[in-house]
Amino acid sequence: MPVLTPLEREALHLSLLVSGWAVAGSLPPGLLAAWVLARLRFPGKTLLDGLIHLPLVLPPVVVGYALLVLLGLNGPIGARLHAWFGITLAFTWKGAAVASAVVAFPLMVRAMRLSLESVDSGLEQAARTLGCGPLRTFFTVTLPLVLPGVLTGAILGFARSLSEFGATITFVSDIPGETRTLPIALYALIQTPDGDAAAARLCVISIVVALAALLASDLLARRLKRQLGG
Amino acid sequence: MLEIAVRRRQGAFQLEVDLATGAGVTALFGPSGSGKTSLANMVAGLARPDQGRITLDGRPLFDGAARLDLPPERRRIGYVFQEGRLFPHLSVRSNLIFGQRRVPAAERAVPFDDVVAVLGIEALLERRPARLSGGEKQRVAIGRALLTSPRLLLMDEPLAALDAARKAEILPFIAALSRHFATPILYVSHSMDEVLQLADSLVLLQNGQVAAHGPVEELLARPDLAPLTGRGHAGAVLRATVTAHDDAAGVTRLAFAGGPLLVARAPLTPGQSVRVRIAARDVSLALDPPGRVSIQNCLPASVVRVGPAEDGLVDVLLDCGGARLWSQITPLARDRLHLRPGQPLHALIKAATIAAGDIAAKEGAMPCASPSPRRT
Repeated sequence: MPVLTPLEREALHLSLLVSGWAVAGSLPPGLLAAWVLARLRFPGKTLLDGLIHLPLVLPPVVVGYALLVLLGLNGPIGARLHAWFGITLAFTWKGAAVASAVVAFPLMVRAMRLSLESVDSGLEQAARTLGCGPLRTFFTVTLPLVLPGVLTGAILGFARSLSEFGATITFVSDIPGETRTLPIALYALIQTPDGDAAAARLCVISIVVALAALLASDLLARRLKRQLGG
Repeated sequence: MLEIAVRRRQGAFQLEVDLATGAGVTALFGPSGSGKTSLANMVAGLARPDQGRITLDGRPLFDGAARLDLPPERRRIGYVFQEGRLFPHLSVRSNLIFGQRRVPAAERAVPFDDVVAVLGIEALLERRPARLSGGEKQRVAIGRALLTSPRLLLMDEPLAALDAARKAEILPFIAALSRHFATPILYVSHSMDEVLQLADSLVLLQNGQVAAHGPVEELLARPDLAPLTGRGHAGAVLRATVTAHDDAAGVTRLAFAGGPLLVARAPLTPGQSVRVRIAARDVSLALDPPGRVSIQNCLPASVVRVGPAEDGLVDVLLDCGGARLWSQITPLARDRLHLRPGQPLHALIKAATIAAGDIAAKEGAMPCASPSPRRT
């Protein structure tokens, strides 16, 4: 892509990498959480619901700081991750993906939960009488029916990850080529004298990426809807 | 053989059922709120009794005392729901084989092509459920349940959401099913018309309890059950055979235990076994055979019982050559004729009052005489 400068290409690549992994990583646990909230009744459900939604209402900087404390090299989880698996999250792009995933998680859960709640449980009962156990019923009936909701959740999460700034810069800082995603590169440019033109270009790139994601999801959603015969 | 002995409390409603049903079609009849669907759900494993026992062909499905509760997928019971419940994301073909694929090949007793042919759904196989009519959906739902080769087929008001024309389209299919595939059917309904056309035996449910259980004709002949079965229906179902048509006269001749019976010309085949409904209000009584009247059926009968006056009318139970007939008359008529049990008289029935809708093609014999099932 000759139209992009190396710096822009790097930021775009990092943004897509971080957001992609953030969505991929939080989709399965997000679906599980959505299912638990939509289908189960248990004491403490409200508390769990609140905990899941916490990143949505907390300032991202707080989330980033919490991640730093927990997952940093000296944190209770971060130290073990490093010692046992050799994984370092702080100040790496993987840490940026974790920060994006945590912030995007409640949005994804909300979309998928709504979709799960709208699935007619009668269809699941029908699948049971047709010989499917609960797990097979979920994968052959429930999941295909909530695919539009899962897609919506994924797109929301992806968009939220693309725009993630506060938690990311707090947790993994601004390291060119490692954690300098589009918003962070933009922020760095604004801080630089004579960076206005370059900043404007980054803005355009951000808009194009966000629009492309929205259009793609709309196209996919339409195809899914057609498959459901609606 | 399905044996049920369960209790379940739902709020203020108490369901307490002790019941054993056999082959053929058993109708579960009762007003809404009588516990029909709850009972069907408990048999299917979708609802859990508080206590009791359910066995199918000797195999326990639920046993409260033994803490046994087979999940629905291990009960081998087909369920046709009122609303069809087809999977919207799958084609008709995929819906049909959805359950069949879960059955081990050796236990698949119901061939796919057979079901598709009997239900007449060949042309629909590649469609999505959203593009089916209500009647088509229900036929596919029936096929889907049948293809699991169930040991019992539950049908919960499968026709309730359909208009009269669609009902008439599907009823014959259901009537053919139990015989064709040798699958006992438990048919939940609140329509006596459907019961008459389909059922071999009848379970009357009221307030969560079995009010009566027995052959359809027998229960409908019991005056004490009239409030449950509907007064107009009571005592009014006969088994008969079509003997001939007389097109010039515009009548069809039937034969039943009490003699010949003329009805308005009906689309039936001579030799066919039918159930005939004769509304009690259409039966008049005469002590002597009348002379020249328009009423074509004058059947010798005797009074079995004269009921008390209810709602200004008296129900009279008649024996007509072994068959039970009902007549609804005014207290005035009762007093003028001095009706008493054992009294011989004549039952008068206008041929024109028995229309095609009162006659249901129904195999006269119970399952022992049914044709051998096509199993491959």
